[in-house]
Formats: sequence, structure tokens, C-alpha cells
Amino acid sequence: MQLFRAHVLVCGGTGCVSSGSKKIQEAITDELVKQKLDKEVKVVETGCHGFCEMGPIVIVYPEGTFYCRVQVEDVSELVSEHLVKGRTVQRLLFKAPVTEEQVPSYRDIAFYAKQQRVALRNCGHIDPEHIQEYIARDGYEGLAKALTSMTPEQVVEEMKKSGLRGRGGGGFPTGLKWGFAAKSPGPKKYIICNADEGDPGAFMDRSVLEGDPHSVLEGMLIGAYAIGADEGYIYVRAEYPLAIKRLRVAIAQAEELGLLGDNIMGTGFSCRLNIKEGAGAFVCGEETALMASIEGSRGMPNPRPPFPAVKGLWAKPSNINNVETYANVPVIFLHGAEKFASVGTENSKGTKVFALTGKLRNTGLAEVPMGISLREIIFDIGGGIMDDKKFKAVQIGGPSGGCIPEQHLDTPVDYDSLIALGAMMGSGGLVVMDETSCMVDVARFFLNFTQKESCGKCTPCREGTKRMLEILQKICDGNGVPEDITTLERLGGVVKNTALCGLGQTAPNPILATLRYFRHEYEAHINDKKCPAGVCSALLEYKIVADNCKGCGACARVCPVGAITGEKKEPHEIDTSKCIKCGSCIEKCKFDAIVKG
Amino acid sequence: MADITLTINGQKVSVPEGITVLEAAEMLGISIPTFCYEKDLTAPGACRICVVEIKGWKNLPPSCVTAVTGGMEVQTESPAVVEARKTILELLVANHPLDCMTCEKSGNCKLQDYAYRYGVTSPTPFEGEKHNWEADDSNPYIYRDLNKCILCGKCVATCRAVEERNVIDFASRGFNTRIATFMDTELKDSSCVYCNRCVTVCPVGALTDKTLMGKGRVWEFEKKEVTCTFCESGCKFIINYKDGRVVGVTAKEASAGRPLCLKGRLGTDLMNNPDRTDLPFINRDGEFVEVSWEEALGLGNIVEKINSLKK
Repeated sequence: MQLFRAHVLVCGGTGCVSSGSKKIQEAITDELVKQKLDKEVKVVETGCHGFCEMGPIVIVYPEGTFYCRVQVEDVSELVSEHLVKGRTVQRLLFKAPVTEEQVPSYRDIAFYAKQQRVALRNCGHIDPEHIQEYIARDGYEGLAKALTSMTPEQVVEEMKKSGLRGRGGGGFPTGLKWGFAAKSPGPKKYIICNADEGDPGAFMDRSVLEGDPHSVLEGMLIGAYAIGADEGYIYVRAEYPLAIKRLRVAIAQAEELGLLGDNIMGTGFSCRLNIKEGAGAFVCGEETALMASIEGSRGMPNPRPPFPAVKGLWAKPSNINNVETYANVPVIFLHGAEKFASVGTENSKGTKVFALTGKLRNTGLAEVPMGISLREIIFDIGGGIMDDKKFKAVQIGGPSGGCIPEQHLDTPVDYDSLIALGAMMGSGGLVVMDETSCMVDVARFFLNFTQKESCGKCTPCREGTKRMLEILQKICDGNGVPEDITTLERLGGVVKNTALCGLGQTAPNPILATLRYFRHEYEAHINDKKCPAGVCSALLEYKIVADNCKGCGACARVCPVGAITGEKKEPHEIDTSKCIKCGSCIEKCKFDAIVKG
Repeated sequence: MADITLTINGQKVSVPEGITVLEAAEMLGISIPTFCYEKDLTAPGACRICVVEIKGWKNLPPSCVTAVTGGMEVQTESPAVVEARKTILELLVANHPLDCMTCEKSGNCKLQDYAYRYGVTSPTPFEGEKHNWEADDSNPYIYRDLNKCILCGKCVATCRAVEERNVIDFASRGFNTRIATFMDTELKDSSCVYCNRCVTVCPVGALTDKTLMGKGRVWEFEKKEVTCTFCESGCKFIINYKDGRVVGVTAKEASAGRPLCLKGRLGTDLMNNPDRTDLPFINRDGEFVEVSWEEALGLGNIVEKINSLKK
């Protein structure tokens, strides 16, 4: 085996690929050849590091120096300084958000310091297209242990002991689920992986599939052995082409080494895995709709019971878990259920990956132990609110979740605490909002999403989400009446109680949670015809503060409808009947002379 | 199968294991409204109008797909159930043309019946956008007005049960979901053979038998069950009379067996045809001439012989 004195890890996750990491990788490879270092330094394309905002990310080992936002022009300097002269390229290091201090090492960056990576253990560290790298990090050892030293019943027991709960949203205990499928009689069973990640802003499953596909395959195989399945499906959305490509590579490599397919590791256990590409319906993340879609039908949910464990794919007993859940499984068998369960809270064990988005300084993927507070996630890992604005709320659980306000930020995060707060874990989307976000508008955004993605099968979801959306739109337009709040609460309650599947049952959450914590904003829209956050344009009026206006005329020049007039060096005025509230003038004004409200 | 004891609206009842709450309630004579449920078709649990309250359950489960279990305590008309049903009806009515005075389905419409039962009237608290799709009047047999459709899905299920058909399915998503043919064509350009199963199961006025349109209100019809003699299948159907005259044929049951075909339905047209003749015609030298049955069937001699033997 060839030995290298240094490794250059270039992130090949979708985020960094979008910001140009492929070109960086090529440039580094070319530069190494040019400087005759290609025999000494190895370039590795890895999966996602999670800190996508800082991409393209390049990490140089053995030092573990973290370079961010690397451009093609930086490559020759990076190679000649770091790899030839051994000097860190200071200007490419990560700068801590507040102190502006440069942080050379991966481990010292606040974004990573509080993280505990289990599902993401290999993401960003290995080349996902080389199975040997996965095996070198103890890959497939958990499967070997399960197959050679445990009975399927013992595997299920071990899972129950680990306390792992479904990471896709529902939080159902995985061991219990496996136990049901294992008990279902029948010679043919299926193991299914739900990789139809659809929550807006969530990309943890994509990152796992792109960065460490074998961890998912290994988790599925352990599950297949436990329940007695000999075939499986990975349902991936077609919008994840890189994930699909890497899964295909991973399946082919695992089959070649006898880790997948017939007679796995010579134990007599066989299991084949297939990939099914989803066509982009959010509702196909619901397990019964997902199975209908694999069968070739329209993705529409069916009533449960019968549960998939009894009658699933093609009416055979099936077990379905999501990507992150399966990625956790090998670790449980590698280090034991007790070790896994030593992290987390009483009823939520292990870690959870969150996708941090919104008005945060550091956005990206963060895996944290259950029980950490939201404050730590947002202010320590996320670096706090952008532009020193004030925190207002955090939406957890995507379109099925709810907004949590400042006063609950110290609650330890787990499945049950979030539900008690009117939100839910969901797949782990975390959208942070500051004082410039209008909560009625946020609820409207999510309802617009669920209405469009409703499959149309059950009346409460199909018709109810439409009417709730119309009422929210009316309130945002300034036409709300006081009864609208009671109508929303009543309708939301009925939809929650009567809808067929999880999509409909949770669709009212964004409304009910904002009504619970931000009712005053609804009332301001309805009673005072004001949008306190200054978002709903129908309720805003733009004004020029005469004392601040220098009469420079910049606003008048940028106004697309000619609503601003005034003499040079004299305070200008806005004709509100012409103003279309586009906000261009505010952006242009250097003297804070234009206000909206 | 073993019997299970449960309580419905305070009444204890023993029912066979494996049946649904809806069926158990029926056994007690308790009526639970349904739109999407049809005996002999797989219940999709879609319309949610049949929800009930079961002690200890988090949500309101649909009775049509919920199996009975021992000791279950069911309420079919609790305040929460009534509130849910009323809301669901209001949602349906808010997006339904309220032209009941001229609607062919009036008097035989489940939406109308349940709106009456739960006191739902227009305007509902949920007035907003309504569908405004063009009706499909492309063929002589079925009038399809999707604005009246409540998407119960029974037409899809019953069509799927016919071999080689499967003409319609759900299309689009959210509020725009509707029933469509392949490539969303009119019925005349689809593989539909107008067996009218869909019309028979439709609980509202979305699908209408065109041969019966404008012939009278359902409550004016006198109904007589007959077995069709057009072919050997022998479907059971209902002849509808108005003022002693046959106005049309409807299927007795939709989902099980062959309910009714085009031939069986259209045959009635001949009955009231003024050009209809009682005697046969034969072609004599290029011209059709009215003759007796004996002559037409060539039985003249035989009849004569029989008559002579009688003497």
C-alpha cells in the first residue's frame, strides 16, 4: 500500500459541489502534479462536513487544518505554503463570528466543538466511493458481530436496549418496530429505507447518503437479519442525484466483497437491496404512501392498521426506517447498546442531526446529544443571530412542527419535550427567525407548503389546509376579522384529530403553535391592521423621516414607480397611493431616513 | 370466529371478531354517515365523515376501517364527533355548487342528507375559492361534473374492479386534486365503456346517468326489481317508472358482480318508441311487408296441423 505524508480532504457534498469544490479538487490535483507532490500527498473527495455555509471546505491532514471558502486562485498558494513549506495559510482559516479570531483546527471551531457525531461519524472523513475507507473505520464490523454471534431475537433485544427512536419524525422505538416485523409470519419480508427527505431546509439524510452510504446499507442489513427479510428498497428522491450515484457505487462495492447479496460473509444470510427513485411528492415520506409508490401506484397513504410490520410492501411484512435511523444502527452493534444509550435523556437516547437554517451566523448540519438545550444549538453551535438582531422563534420539525419562542430556549431537546411545546422533532429541520420575521407569514408559508403537498385523499387535509391557508392569507392582507382566530383554532383542531396520515394530522401545527406563543401578532394584524415585524406589505406604509433625509435623491432614482419626489437637498416625500412597497428605497437610503410600519 | 363484547353509545353488544366498528354499529341499528365506504370494496378510510370517539384513543378514528376489540367504548355522536363531522361537511359544502333545486341527485344525495342531519348550511365559515371546472358532456351516457365531486374515490375503486378498465384515478395534489382519465381526456376519448358502475356508487351529483336526466325527481319514481334478459349474465336491476311509464334503469348493486351494462340500460328506450311495431316484417320483392308471426317464423302449416289435431 502506498503511503502518503499528507491527505487533502475536499468536501464533495452537494453544498460544497454547488460552491465549486469539484474545480478546487481538480486544481489541487493539478497543482500537486505540477509541484511533483502527487506521490506524497493524496487528495480525497469526502462527503459533507455539515458547515456548508463555509464551503468549499478543504481540510489538510495530519494537522487537521480547516480551510474554508477556498477558491481556485487560492490553490497554488495553499499547496506551496502548507504542503511545501508547512506554513498555514492564515487568510483561508475560519474566523470565529464575534471575536474574529482565526481558528486553525477543525476541533476548535465552535460549530464542531459541541457536536457529537454518531450518524455523521464518517461524513467528511472518508471517501464515500471507496468501501475500504468505510471498512477501515470499523465498517461492517457491527454486521459481522450480529450475523456471527447473535440470533435475530438477540439483535432485536439489543436494539430495544439501545433506546434508539425513529429519526424520521415520529420517534417510534426502532427495536419495538423491528420486533413487530420479526414476529410477523411469512417467508418473504422487506426492509425499506425512507430516504425521501422532503422538509424544506432539511438535508441530513442527503448528507449521510452522500458522505457515508455504507453506514445505511449496514444498518439495513442488520435490520433485515433481525426481521428475516431477504430483500430491501431504498426510496430516494430523484432530486438527490449524487446520493443515488453514491448508493449505487456502494451497493456494487458491497456486493463485490460479499457484504451484500447472497450468502453474506459466508453466513448463509442473504439480502439484496434495490434503489427506487421517488418522483418528488412530499407525502411519499409517509410510510404507507412510500410503499404504494414503490408498488407503482400513486403515492397516497393508506389507513393503519394494518401496519407495515404486518402487511407492508406488496402485502408482505415490512420494516421501514429512515436514513439517519439506519446510520445509527452499526454503532449500536459495534460498541454495544449500553454505550449508545449512555448519551441522551431518559426517553430519547443517542444523538440527533439538526439542519440549522435561517437567520443564524453558522448554518449547516449539526449532530448533538439529545438533551442539549436549544440555546446551545442556536447560540453556541449556530453562533447566534445574524447582524446582531434579536432572536424571536425557532421552527422545529419542518412544516409539521411548531415555533418555539425565547422563553423555552433552555428546555432540553428530546422527542417528548418538543411535543409538549407544540412542536416536534420531525426530521430535524431547525429554522431560526429573528425580529424581522412575521409569525403569521411564517404559518402561511408552511400551510402553503402542506396544502400544495396534500395528496388530496382525505377531506380534512385537502379542504381544511386550503381554508386555513386562505384565512392566513386574508389576515396577512389586512382583511382579517376577530372570528378568524377561533375559526383557525377550531378547524386546526378538527384537521389534527381526523386527518388520515401524519401530513394532515400535523399540518395545523405551525398555526396552532404560533397562536399559542404569538397570538398578539395575529391580533395586531386583525385589530390594528399592523404587521409588527414589518413583513406583510399590505399592512405597511413607507414614510420618509424629514429630519434624517438629506435630499440626496437616491431613493427617488431607485423607485420603480416614481412615488418619491422632492427638491435636491430638501427632505423628500413618498406618495403612498403610488408606492408598491418594494423596499428598494430603504435599501438605497444611507441615512436611515425611510421607515416602514 | 370468537365473539367480542364492546360498548357503543352505552349499549353492550357482542359481535364477531374482525368486523369494523361501523359494521358493529349497524348491527345495533346505529347509523354512522359514510361517503367513501362501499360494501364489497376495500374501504379507503378517506372521507373521514364516519369518525367516532373511542375511549383512550388520541384521535378520532374512522369507524369504517377500525376493527373492533374487546372492551372498546365507542361514542358515535359525542360532541367531538359531531363537531368533526359538521366541520368536514362544512368543508365539502364550501366547495360544492349548491344548485340542489335542479340537481338530478337531489333526494338521493348523501351530502344533502348529512348536511340536513348535522344542520350544515351555506354560507359555511370556510367560504373561499371554489372549483370551476368545465363539465364533461362529451358522450351520450355519463354527465360528469367534477365541481360536485367530493373525492370519495368510490368511482375509482369500482372502475378498477372491472377487468381491463381502470379508466380513472386521482390526479394533481392538494386542493386541485381531482378524478381524471389517463392523460386527463374527456370520457369519450378514454377507454370507458359506460358500464355506469361509477354512476351507481357516486354519493353526490358528480356522475349522472344522462338517459335519466330531466325525467323526474327520484322520489317520483316507482321502482321494480327485475332480472335483465338481454344476456346470460342476468344482472339484477331496478326499473324506474313514472306515471306508469318506464323512464329508465338503474343498477341494483354496484360493486359486486356485473351491475348493469349499456345494453340493459338502453333497452328501455325501445319500449316507448312510437314507431315500435307489434308484428314482424319480411322482405318481399325488395320491400318490407307487415306479416303475421306464423308467417314470419314459417310456422303456418304447423299451427294449422296442431289446430286440426285439437279438434
